[in-house]
Amino acid sequence: MSDLIQDLYREGEPIADTKCPDGPIENRWTEAKFENKLVNPSNRRKLSVIIVGTGLAGGAAAATLGEAGYHVKSFCYQDSPRRAHSIAAQGGINAAKNYNDDGDSTYRLFYDTVKGGDYRSRETNVYRLAEVSTAIIDQCVAQGVPFAREYGGLLDNRSFGGVQVARTFYARGQTGQQLLIGAYQAMERQVTAGTVEAFTRHEMLEVIVVDGRARGIIARDMVTGEIETHLADAVVLASGGYGNVYFLSTNAMGCNVTATWRAHRKGAYFGNPCYTQIHPTCIPVSGEHQAKLTLMSESLRNDGRIWVPKNRDDCDKDPRDIPEEDRDYYLERIYPAFGNLVPRDIASRQAKAMCDDGRGVGPKVGDFRRGVYLDFADAMERLSRDQVAAKYGNLFDMYQRITGESPYEVPMRIYPAVHYTMGGLWVDYDLETTIPGLFAAGEANFSDHGANRLGASSLMQCLADGYFVLPNTIRDYLAAGPFEKVDEQHEAVVEARAEVTGRIEKLLSINGERTVDSFHRELGHIMWEYCGMERSEEGLNKAIELIRSLRAEFWRNVRVLGSADTLNQSLEKAGRVVDFLELGELMCIDALHRRESCGGHFRAESQTEDGEALRDDDKFAYVAAWEFGADRTGDDVALTPTLHKEDLVYNFIELKQRSYK
Amino acid sequence: MRSNLQAVAISTLPAKRAKRTGKTGSSVYLKTVMAVTGIIFVLYVLAHMYGNLKLFAGHAAYNEYAEGLRTLGTPELPRHGFLTIMEIVLGVSVVLHIYAAVTLWKRSKTARPQRYAVKKTVVQSFSSKWMRWGGLALLLFIIWHLIEFTLFKVNVGSGGQGAQVTQDPFELVVHTFDTWWMTLIYLVAMAALLMHLHHGVWSASQTLGLAGTPAARRYWKLAGLAIGVIVAVGFIVPPLFILFGVIK
Amino acid sequence: MNLTLKIWRQSGPDDRGDFATYDVRDISDDMSFLEMLDVLNEDLIGKGQEPVAFDSDCREGICGTCGLMISGQAHGPEVTTTCQLHMRSFSDGETITVEPWRASSFPVLRDLVVDRSAFDRIIQSGGYISVNTGAAPEAHSVPVPKANADRAFDTATCIGCGACVAACPNASGMLFMGAKIAHLGELPQGQPERDSRVVSMVNQHDAEGFGGCTNIGECAAACPKEIPLDVINQLNKDFRKAKKGAH
Ligand SMILES: Cc1cc2nc3c(=O)[nH]c(=O)nc-3n(C[C@H](O)[C@H](O)[C@H](O)COP(=O)(O)OP(=O)(O)OC[C@H]3O[C@@H](n4cnc5c(N)ncnc54)[C@H](O)[C@@H]3O)c2cc1C
Ligand code: HEM
Ligand code: HEM
Ligand code: SF4
Ligand code: F3S
Ligand code: FES
Repeated sequence: MSDLIQDLYREGEPIADTKCPDGPIENRWTEAKFENKLVNPSNRRKLSVIIVGTGLAGGAAAATLGEAGYHVKSFCYQDSPRRAHSIAAQGGINAAKNYNDDGDSTYRLFYDTVKGGDYRSRETNVYRLAEVSTAIIDQCVAQGVPFAREYGGLLDNRSFGGVQVARTFYARGQTGQQLLIGAYQAMERQVTAGTVEAFTRHEMLEVIVVDGRARGIIARDMVTGEIETHLADAVVLASGGYGNVYFLSTNAMGCNVTATWRAHRKGAYFGNPCYTQIHPTCIPVSGEHQAKLTLMSESLRNDGRIWVPKNRDDCDKDPRDIPEEDRDYYLERIYPAFGNLVPRDIASRQAKAMCDDGRGVGPKVGDFRRGVYLDFADAMERLSRDQVAAKYGNLFDMYQRITGESPYEVPMRIYPAVHYTMGGLWVDYDLETTIPGLFAAGEANFSDHGANRLGASSLMQCLADGYFVLPNTIRDYLAAGPFEKVDEQHEAVVEARAEVTGRIEKLLSINGERTVDSFHRELGHIMWEYCGMERSEEGLNKAIELIRSLRAEFWRNVRVLGSADTLNQSLEKAGRVVDFLELGELMCIDALHRRESCGGHFRAESQTEDGEALRDDDKFAYVAAWEFGADRTGDDVALTPTLHKEDLVYNFIELKQRSYK
Repeated sequence: MRSNLQAVAISTLPAKRAKRTGKTGSSVYLKTVMAVTGIIFVLYVLAHMYGNLKLFAGHAAYNEYAEGLRTLGTPELPRHGFLTIMEIVLGVSVVLHIYAAVTLWKRSKTARPQRYAVKKTVVQSFSSKWMRWGGLALLLFIIWHLIEFTLFKVNVGSGGQGAQVTQDPFELVVHTFDTWWMTLIYLVAMAALLMHLHHGVWSASQTLGLAGTPAARRYWKLAGLAIGVIVAVGFIVPPLFILFGVIK
Repeated sequence: MNLTLKIWRQSGPDDRGDFATYDVRDISDDMSFLEMLDVLNEDLIGKGQEPVAFDSDCREGICGTCGLMISGQAHGPEVTTTCQLHMRSFSDGETITVEPWRASSFPVLRDLVVDRSAFDRIIQSGGYISVNTGAAPEAHSVPVPKANADRAFDTATCIGCGACVAACPNASGMLFMGAKIAHLGELPQGQPERDSRVVSMVNQHDAEGFGGCTNIGECAAACPKEIPLDVINQLNKDFRKAKKGAH
């Protein structure tokens, strides 16, 4: 292991094995499935799996493993598995069905995903994703997911952010909801069958690692406050993304990093934590009170045109009074081939550039206007108002409800917001983390999307992981089980419990001056300012310092009222913010060490002459997998993680500088 | 009823086998019973109303009609046979209708033991709100009505209890309704019936699965109102005419 | 704007609970109802009082977690979820009463938070199509007429929020259940289990202690997703026909 680099981190051994099979890429997954050991059906009952999360990844995995006959314990913090954050996904789900015969194929989906991820994802994984994508649609249709259909009764497709084929399946603006209800129902069916036990309003607060293997979790019953121990032969984390580290994001209020961060602290590597996706089409912030940002589906970019005034003086005019020649349709101007359909990172950064240039629109927040127009006037002329309403009506209504303005009359205003985190627990080809027996699926793992995720690809990945990949890979691990029974008195269990109860007691005893939200909000400001759309060495260094002192203040000055043995929402939030405060620092360290721009990670120091992201493949074509480490000086704790590199080798797709011009 | 605490604990367990398994105990089944018996009532009151309008045709015609009812279906049926069958059907229906209504009422009460401090209604019709109390009013009315006209044939109005009154249907009716407060009781009952039918007819259509589209829904709501008004008006006109001395 | 809030406070499932009155000031029109409660809570914590517990997650009107009885109307005066209700729907000086959903099958856990797991158990009893992963035929092998697909979608938009139960004078869960029956019943995939589904779901619904429907229609008026009343019609019909094995 190296000495401290930049006083922040160490470098350790590179990752030796990702368990990816060799051979022609088309055969690898088939081969892996064959190579993976089988579990005799009569043994499955004796094998137990804990799945944290009931989103698309966790819900699908619970249903599938339940169907296979394993004993599954499923956890979520909501009051029902159906409410996992996947429900909010609007736009759609990709699959290489090529129903339109427009040149799509498994290979093209694979290619688009690798390219879209700015060549920072693992080829073998992405190919597998593209390969199983078609089965997902079959599965969901059979479950009764009401995808949009054409008059002939067949499934309809649309094209979605950043690709030129129509491969996105959708259910109006509520695709995530419909897919999740499908997975949820499949899972509830298994609850009746007795193979799945569902623990709702349960928050996982610690992983139990016994003799180097993940053997269970500590969870808090959020109603009674009871700290429960759950033991199993394997543990799957499908706990979603950590965009809420920014406080304001499109994620649900409860989205958190606790499950994955606790695993990280216990030894699981964290992959590419700094890769976050900023979504270009969100409703702009309206004031300080705001708790949450709302996404407007990206599909709006298919028909809406994005513009700002050419002249700064026009910014406070009624947009309808600005003549055509004074409007700057900047995406169409800069990227004539893709126009308004450029990938998210580009659309977001350009919106920010326009606002930084003083040409933003909408009310001033602080002394900045943060918004650009998304205009449907042309679309309504080309189609009819009714057709536009049929396609986007529910989104328009939602916009109007929030802003009080009708997009049929006035152009919408949009601004980028944090939306998705490509980073997550590092996993190998089997979705296993560096802790044996601990698996990660869905947004919780780092895999598949590289430095940027294409629209409609997360739902695909979550369901691929949950329905098809994990059930096939985890059996290789479970075949060696059932493992030796763990006693609740085992020191690893006792220790994990003590860690949880200790943390809760501490939070309740500080009784300081500031609310949990105020800390979270401040952390969010720091992250957005210095580790948001554009990152620089100076800013990141500053952010790390700010986060450390904020964290120290948190432990001195937070006020959490109430008790541990009732439903206590402040306590829940506090626990999550504790982990965000550490994660934020790791994200900044990761962003700082990656001195290149790629995908959602834009380093000010690494850009082309005309301001486009500039990758540095010679130095940075690797996954950064971080091992937890912390140094304590007195009361202050600083993270000192260790970097393990997983080199990315491209055998099938040639590394190219991404261009959408 | 389970206590709150248990409910929390079982929130994590699979569904218990439902207690009320058989279909017959289920709320939808009870509703269906109520709808079917309700429709029988509707048919009956329509026919009965039509009969009552014969009061306008005069003493002889009305009594002839009453006698006609008793001899309907003879000689295949014994005298009074048709009426007996009808009475049995109605009697059984009343029992079932009330049983279903009371069971659902009780369930509804236990389903919300604690009421809202403030509750606004958005679309609930006045009629639907009064279904249960209105039904109770109808029950009381029917009991009295039967005592008065069929079981004991009592005349509380002018003219005394003589057989020439009580055994002559036309006379009984006329002597009843030339008493203002008797007519008033009937007026109140008819208001209850109007409301009961207004909601009841539409409700039965929905219960029986006949209101599957918004258009069908509108149609049935209209039908409910129309039947309600026709029946109520049809019933109340003869008593009013009697009270004001047009029929005597 | 300034408002007076009368909020139900209940420390736990076994507490009797009562209303508490709070004043909030300087509320902006653009705030959502829940952001207004966030402001109240920050204020309460500042004063050393425990914040009001209420459920919310997505705050986008899609997860169905939020749900309050606001001055006697489920989700408040607009046809939307509580999280999407904005303060511009209220006026300065107003007194707003905030209560939890009330139904014995939705026991109050704390303040405004209720337990809606009864809905999950209704789904467990049959609200699904039995198809194991991997067993699905090619998606295009079963075309679905657009009209059916659209209606399936319309009814599948139910978010399980429970407002229908909260608004129904009988605390009946028929609209929620009808939405699922209609969704799955509209699709060819849903036919094989159509009979057994409706019977077991209705049984579970009753066993959970929901009231019976008397076709009042408050549920559909309160539903943020505008699930139409005719799903109950369909549920009744399917239930009746199920006996005869008509499907
Ligand atoms: C507004 C929005 C729109 C989107 N639209 C699209 C789209 O159109 N197409 C697309 O492909 N992707 C889209 N995405 C991204 C996609 O929805 C998510 O990445 C994906 O749904 C994540 O699914 P998941 O199963 O990994 O996790 P989630 O659905 O987030 O589920 C996480 C689960 O983990 C549980 N959990 C978390 N922490 C704990 C804990 N500590 N203890 C117990 N349980 C815990 C939660 O209860 C929950 O059940 C969108 C995202 C957002 C925010
Ligand atoms: C004997 C006394 C009666 C009582 C106690 C009674 C009570 C009720 C009750 C409580 C309901 C259910 C309310 C609801 O669905 O909202 C109901 C429904 C109904 N009643 Fe009655 N009722 C009585 C007599 C009648 C009569 C005389 C008629 C017809 C003339 C009638 C016709 C109906 C109809 C059509 C329904 C609708 C059934 C449905 O909702 O599916 N009822 N009754
Ligand atoms: C004001 C209007 C009404 C008048 C004048 C009237 C009159 C009568 C008379 C005269 C009889 C006895 C008939 C006979 O024995 O030949 C009778 C019977 C009866 N009436 Fe009415 N009635 C009226 C309204 C109603 C209403 C509203 C109902 C029900 C809701 C009703 C239900 C019955 C029943 C059930 C019988 C008994 C039938 C039998 O036993 O065969 N009546 N009515
Ligand atoms: S039917 Fe409507 S009100 Fe009822 S749970 Fe579903 S969305 Fe909520
Ligand atoms: S309000 Fe209640 S009574 Fe039926 S129609 Fe709706 S469930
Ligand atoms: S919080 Fe998700 S619907 Fe309101």
